[in-house]
Amino acid sequence: MAGLTTDWALAWVRGSAAVVGEHRAELSALDREIGDGDHGENLDRGFKAVLAKLDAAPPSTPGGVLKLVATTLISTVGGASGPLLGTAYLKAAGAVGDATELDSAAVVALLTAARDGVVLRGKAAPGDKTMIDAWTPAVDAAAAAAEAGEEPAAVLAAAADAAEQGAVATEPLVAHKGRASYLGERAIGHRDPGAQSSALQLRAAAEAAA
Amino acid sequence: MKKLIRDPQTVVADALAGVAQAHQGLLRVQADPPVIVRADAPLRGKVGLVSGGGSGHEPLHGGFVGYGMLDAAVPGAVFTSPTPDPILEATKAVDGGAGVLHIVKNYTGDVLNFETAADLAAAEDVQVETVVVDDDVAVKDSLYTAGRRGVAGTVLVEKIAGAAAERGDDLASVAAIARRVNENVRSMGVALTAPIVPHAGTPSFDISDHEIEIGIGIHGEPGRERIEWEPVDGIVRRLLEPVLEDLPFTSSDDVLLFVNGMGGTPLIELYIVFDAAAQLLGDRNIHIARSLVGSYVTSLDMQGCSITLLKLDDEMKALWDAPVQTAALRWGR
Repeated sequence: MAGLTTDWALAWVRGSAAVVGEHRAELSALDREIGDGDHGENLDRGFKAVLAKLDAAPPSTPGGVLKLVATTLISTVGGASGPLLGTAYLKAAGAVGDATELDSAAVVALLTAARDGVVLRGKAAPGDKTMIDAWTPAVDAAAAAAEAGEEPAAVLAAAADAAEQGAVATEPLVAHKGRASYLGERAIGHRDPGAQSSALQLRAAAEAAA
Repeated sequence: MKKLIRDPQTVVADALAGVAQAHQGLLRVQADPPVIVRADAPLRGKVGLVSGGGSGHEPLHGGFVGYGMLDAAVPGAVFTSPTPDPILEATKAVDGGAGVLHIVKNYTGDVLNFETAADLAAAEDVQVETVVVDDDVAVKDSLYTAGRRGVAGTVLVEKIAGAAAERGDDLASVAAIARRVNENVRSMGVALTAPIVPHAGTPSFDISDHEIEIGIGIHGEPGRERIEWEPVDGIVRRLLEPVLEDLPFTSSDDVLLFVNGMGGTPLIELYIVFDAAAQLLGDRNIHIARSLVGSYVTSLDMQGCSITLLKLDDEMKALWDAPVQTAALRWGR
C-alpha cells in the first residue's frame, strides 16, 4: 500500500499555494458577489506566508506540515476564513499525530477532523452555503472510497471530486452564515467562495498524491 | 481608480505611519503586528479597552484611542478582521492588572478572531471579557443569518464603556454598561454609492446613478433592498422607522441621535439628515438629549449615512458627557 509521506504533505501545501495564487482574482470576484471581495487576496497572503515558513524550516512529519499551515493561516489570513481554515488544518494535524506515513484510514481521519474543526469554530451546518458544503461531501466520499479498499491517492481524488461538486451545489442556496447571510435570497445564483477555495485545496491534495 | 495612496498593498501600514506622527503624546503605534496603543498604557488598576476590526472605517477604531475611551485598537487589512496575534498583543499591552474588555463588532471574522485571541490571553492569565455589538436593525432574522451586524453604535459603546473604565469601574461593571448600551442602541444605514477597496480597484457593488441601497453594512456588502433615489425626508423615514420600532423607542424617551457619514458624504448633507430625523422624533415626542454628527464609522469612500439612536439613562448621560481625549472625539479636557 502506497502510504502518504511528509513529501506528499509538502507537495500538497505547495500545490495549494500555487492554485490559490492562480485563482486569487476569481475567488475575490466570487466574494464580491456575496461577501466583501477579498477572499482571494486574504488566502493568497496566508499561503505565501506558509511557503516562506516551509522554506525556512521544513517540518519532518505530515502532522508537522499541517500544524505549520494552521498556525500561519490563523496569524496571517484574518477575516472569517483565517480562523476557520486554520482550525481545519490544526485539527487535521492533531488527527494524524506523529505518523510518518498515512494510509487510507488516516487520510479519512485527517479530512474528518478538518471538517469537524470548521464546524466547531463556525457552527455552520450542511446547506448553509459555507465551506462546509465542500468539506462534508469530501469527507463522505473519502470514507466510502476507503471502505471500498481504495489507496490513499484514490481516496483523495474522490474527496476532491465531491468537494468540487459540493462547491457548485452552493450556487442555488440561500446563505445562513457569514456575510452572505445578510443578502437573503440575493445570494442565490452565486457560488460560495469558501467552498470553492476548499475544493481547490482538496484537489491540490489529490494531485500531490497522484 | 484615483486614490491618494502609494501602493494598494501598503495602504494600512502607510496610514498607521501617519497616525503615529500626527498623534504623538496621545498614542503609539507598534508596527509588527500593527497595534495602536494609548501612550500611557498600561494603566495600573484600570480596565483596558481593546477594539479592532478591518481597516477602512476610520476614525473607527484608532481615532478613539486615548483618555476616556479605548486603550488599544487593532487594525486589520482593509475590510478584513485582524488576526488573533495582534489582538493578543494589544490585550497584553493594555492589561494593568484589572483585566481587559474586548469590544467586537458582530461580523463573523471579527468574532472568530477575537474569540481565538481571548482564549490565548486566558492562557497567559489575562482576564478578558467580551462584548459583541450588534446594533444594525437592517439584518432581520438572526436565527437564519450570522445575526445583526455591529455598526455605528460601536462608537457609543466605546465612549460610554471607556468613561466607566476611566472612573475606575471594575471589569464586570465596565462589561455590564457596555452591554447595556448595546441593548439600547439601534442603527440603520443607506448607501448612495459603493466603496472602492484599494486592492480591488473597482466598486464593491454596482449601483446606478438613480438608485440607493437601504440597510447597507460598513464593508461594501449590499444591504436589504435597492430602491430608486428619493428626497432626503423619505430616505430618513426608511432608516429611522425600523430603528424606532425595533427597541422600541417611545414617547418621552431621552435619546442620543447619532448621524454618521459613510466617508463620501459631506457634513452639510449629514446635518440635513439630522434635521429630517429630528422632525420625525419630534412628531413622536422623543427627546434628543445628546447628539453626534460626523463621519465616525466609515466605509472608505462610500457615499451614504447611518442613523443611530441610543435610549439614554442618567448614568449613560453622565458617562457620555465625561471628558474624552482622542484623535477623533475630544471634549471636557
